[in-house]
Amino acid sequence: MSKRKIKVLVAKPGLDGHDRGAKTVATVLRDQGMEVVYTGLHQTPEMIAEVALQEDVDVVGLSILSGAHMSLFPRIREELKARGMGHVLLTGGGIIPVEDMETLHSQGFAKLFGPGTNTVEIAEWIQAEVEKLWSEEGAKQ
Amino acid sequence: MKPSTQDQSTSEARVVSSNGRAKWEAASAKAKLRDANFTTISGSELKPVYGPEDAEFDYDTDLGHPGQFPFTRGVHPTMYRGRLWTMRQFAGFGTAAQTNERFKFLLDHGQTGLSVAFDFPTLMGYDSDQPHSLGEVGQVGVAISSLEDMEILMGGIPMDRVSTSMTINGPAPILLAFYIACGENQGIDPAKLRGTVQNDILKEYQAQHAWLVPAEPALRMITDAMSYCAEHVPQWNTISISGYHIREAGSTAAQELAFTLANGMEYVAHGVAAGMDVDEFAPRLSFFFDSHLDFFEEICKFRAARRIWARKMRDVFGAKDPKSWMIRFHTQTAGVSLTAQQPENNIVRTAMEAMAAVLGGTQSLHTNSMDETLSLPTEKAVKIALRTQQIIAEETEVAHVADPLAGSYFVEAQTDRLEAEAEKYFEEIERRGGVVACTEAGYIQREIHHSAVTYQRAIESGAKKVVGVNTYVEGKDAKPEIDIHRIDPEVEREQCARLASLRERRDAQAAKSALDGVRAACKDGSNLLERFVTAAHAYCTLGEITEVLREEFGEYKEPKIL
Amino acid sequence: MRDPKTIAAKLFEGDRLALSRSISWAEDADPRFPKTLACIWERVGKARRLGVTGPPGAGKSTLVNELARHLREADRTVGILAIDPSSPFSGGALLGDRIRMEDRTKDSGVFIRSMASRESHGGLARASVDACDVMDAFGFDEILVETVGVGQAEYDIVGAADTVLVVLCPGAGDGIQAMKAGLLEVADILVVNKSDLPGADRLQTDLEEATHTRDIRRDGWEVPVVGVSAAKDEGLDKLLGAVDDHRAHLERVGLEAVRRQKRAQQVKRVVGERLDEELWGDGGLGGRVDSALNAGSTAYDIAELLLQDVLGGKLMAQTRDSKTEAAH
Repeated sequence: MSKRKIKVLVAKPGLDGHDRGAKTVATVLRDQGMEVVYTGLHQTPEMIAEVALQEDVDVVGLSILSGAHMSLFPRIREELKARGMGHVLLTGGGIIPVEDMETLHSQGFAKLFGPGTNTVEIAEWIQAEVEKLWSEEGAKQ
Repeated sequence: MKPSTQDQSTSEARVVSSNGRAKWEAASAKAKLRDANFTTISGSELKPVYGPEDAEFDYDTDLGHPGQFPFTRGVHPTMYRGRLWTMRQFAGFGTAAQTNERFKFLLDHGQTGLSVAFDFPTLMGYDSDQPHSLGEVGQVGVAISSLEDMEILMGGIPMDRVSTSMTINGPAPILLAFYIACGENQGIDPAKLRGTVQNDILKEYQAQHAWLVPAEPALRMITDAMSYCAEHVPQWNTISISGYHIREAGSTAAQELAFTLANGMEYVAHGVAAGMDVDEFAPRLSFFFDSHLDFFEEICKFRAARRIWARKMRDVFGAKDPKSWMIRFHTQTAGVSLTAQQPENNIVRTAMEAMAAVLGGTQSLHTNSMDETLSLPTEKAVKIALRTQQIIAEETEVAHVADPLAGSYFVEAQTDRLEAEAEKYFEEIERRGGVVACTEAGYIQREIHHSAVTYQRAIESGAKKVVGVNTYVEGKDAKPEIDIHRIDPEVEREQCARLASLRERRDAQAAKSALDGVRAACKDGSNLLERFVTAAHAYCTLGEITEVLREEFGEYKEPKIL
Repeated sequence: MRDPKTIAAKLFEGDRLALSRSISWAEDADPRFPKTLACIWERVGKARRLGVTGPPGAGKSTLVNELARHLREADRTVGILAIDPSSPFSGGALLGDRIRMEDRTKDSGVFIRSMASRESHGGLARASVDACDVMDAFGFDEILVETVGVGQAEYDIVGAADTVLVVLCPGAGDGIQAMKAGLLEVADILVVNKSDLPGADRLQTDLEEATHTRDIRRDGWEVPVVGVSAAKDEGLDKLLGAVDDHRAHLERVGLEAVRRQKRAQQVKRVVGERLDEELWGDGGLGGRVDSALNAGSTAYDIAELLLQDVLGGKLMAQTRDSKTEAAH
């Protein structure tokens, strides 16, 4: 019988076309047994949140290298909340200065990864975080 | 390559050397080796030493003197003795006025050509005030939404005396039209404008992903630009066929070489199919490559590129003008090789990559700044990057001799290998129905993705070492002590306000009829660049023009790669 | 949204999160799903279900996207289910079909769900029919299901859809290969996509000939071959016309009976799965098989013995029950 699988949305907000990191991470997460939805490029915050809802994902991972993260990330979070998806594990990576990572973390982003991060570490971190969320959920039931 | 005819004395030398080889093999079989992967950065196996048996070439047909077919040794007879390469730092951020200041700073510090980086909205053909542009205006390049922005960008810069490179693709012909119109308003005849517009849409679909319309109309716009410029802007390079982004997206050196040249051949085929004589436009084609960390593989890649292109142009496309055979290229050091960890080390990486580009015979060079994995480069970092080139040019004495590594067994063997690998890809692409079909089906993108993942795995398994990332690592949470260059959000507001006021100020009727002219050309097949120039003069905005194109031609959609 | 009743009520109110969540429950074999389905069952059955299958590279996702666009223009709401294969090595999956359906993401009259095939091998996921049922109860007029598409006939789609489109394109796999792979037997409508490419006419003729000369169907439906270019928006109206025709045909021969037949297949499958788990899961018969093999019995003998035990036991229990009843 099916066992619950971690479902991740890997999304590229904004206009930058650098999808090497996003696709590599998506592939690694698949290889770690997760089900990964990849949106393609140039997604607006509304589209990302809508896909997260339709796919009922556990995790939303954003990849951005355009410098627009401080405008786009908080809006994505708002759009997710507006759709009742405020519970997802919200993470991401790209060229994001450390201070910005701290600001976003204080706004509810779980963790953001910079260039050079080991992708298997990302997968293991997601695994651990989602299992935590699931066990909290199970406790509530 | 074809074995050269050997005379008696070389054959005897061979016998002696093969005895030496047997001894060497015996000795090296016993030697203890380091625990390392002995491959190129692209994963190609390397022998411990290369000898005459690895590099058999005919000097005249495979190498040729510099400036002679097949140009393996360079495109100019004297190479850098005549003129150093153009030091061209890619720059652009914020508003046109801010970038104009940076341009003047670079020109004052000895830079010899301009290179414009545009922001993402501009690259995608959006105006700064369109919804997609939110948060992106001026972030990674300068925002240019109209001729007015271009006029500010080039203000006080003599456009007939600098050459300008514009890195833009989907909407490239429109930006070129802004540039031509800007020159005309400065009183400069388009025939005197010099520069390059990247305009390489195929690699956008494949790797860089700033696209506009589907392949067919996009290729038509490129052909329109080629024929318009051949007539009116003869010193302009209408396309810069780029491997840089393919490499940065994760390809190997051989893939960069193969896909770039395959794209180049596709453009040539389109030009010919549109009725142009190959020698009419081929001399204005230019190329753009990456220079990565594998010193010798990169040098050999540049050499192989020249040889392949010369052979294809002469033998496949029947070009007669030697200028059509020569590949002239710009090089940028590898952005992907830079690390966020211990960022000062990036100065060293960039220096080595720059050296490879120079030894490989590049015509112009951009050196990356050490802080680019963290943010836009600061002025100090940009200056160090430029100084790196100047040190190579002035202090190392490497620029005095053309193609100094030719004849090295290793270098010739690697050059041959890269050529052979590229040829294999050309066959495969042909078998799959050509470059456009391969791109639309995602074949090229998947090949690149596969290489990117392989490389990432090698780093993560430790098979590939990167200083500061998986070896000689410093404290994990050590924050880099480096200044961050930020774009003031005011830039976006200022830019949007100016755009709104432009729409008020301009002659609305002229703008409308210019846009109608663009639409008419989309339908009737007349030259689009001509209409773009008219639209530029009428201060139509970039977003208004691309909207017409999107309506008429549709939007490109990316294929499923994963 | 933690219990079946609430989620069913929300679903009826048009809550998309409830729709999405109940599909997840179906996928994860959450015990709440059968109860949820029971709560919404009264509303299942209104939607038209269209299956799209075919070899890789035939342009299935693009076709689904364009079909959805045309249906939306006709004011029909659309639910889309796109299946991608799970990796047999890691169990993970890359779900990338919706990249070709991006325009539809912005449309509130469309709902797209990607699904990994997990341990199923018939072209769909175990929960595909469940997901269609939920979308149906939610109120979508049309449900489009895109199969994994590995190039083999994917028979599961026949059970899940009222009308099955088999999409082929010139080059990617010619008509003869499609016949060999059994794709034709699955089709209610054959679609030649990329009909502007060289070879399309030939493929169309081959397919027409095949459908005429081979006696594939027994219900009187003649499988049409429709040429389209999904990317260029050509021929879609004709294709939707063929779908309407097939629908009318089903109604003539008795749509409900056809659907009951298909539903019976689902029952069989569920029974099979449950039995499988009972027989071979923890505390099942695995140990006995092992020791019997160890003792040198043949596979057939062991199987016979176990079947007698399992079925005989049940039959005996039934007989015992009826005997007790008789005694009263």
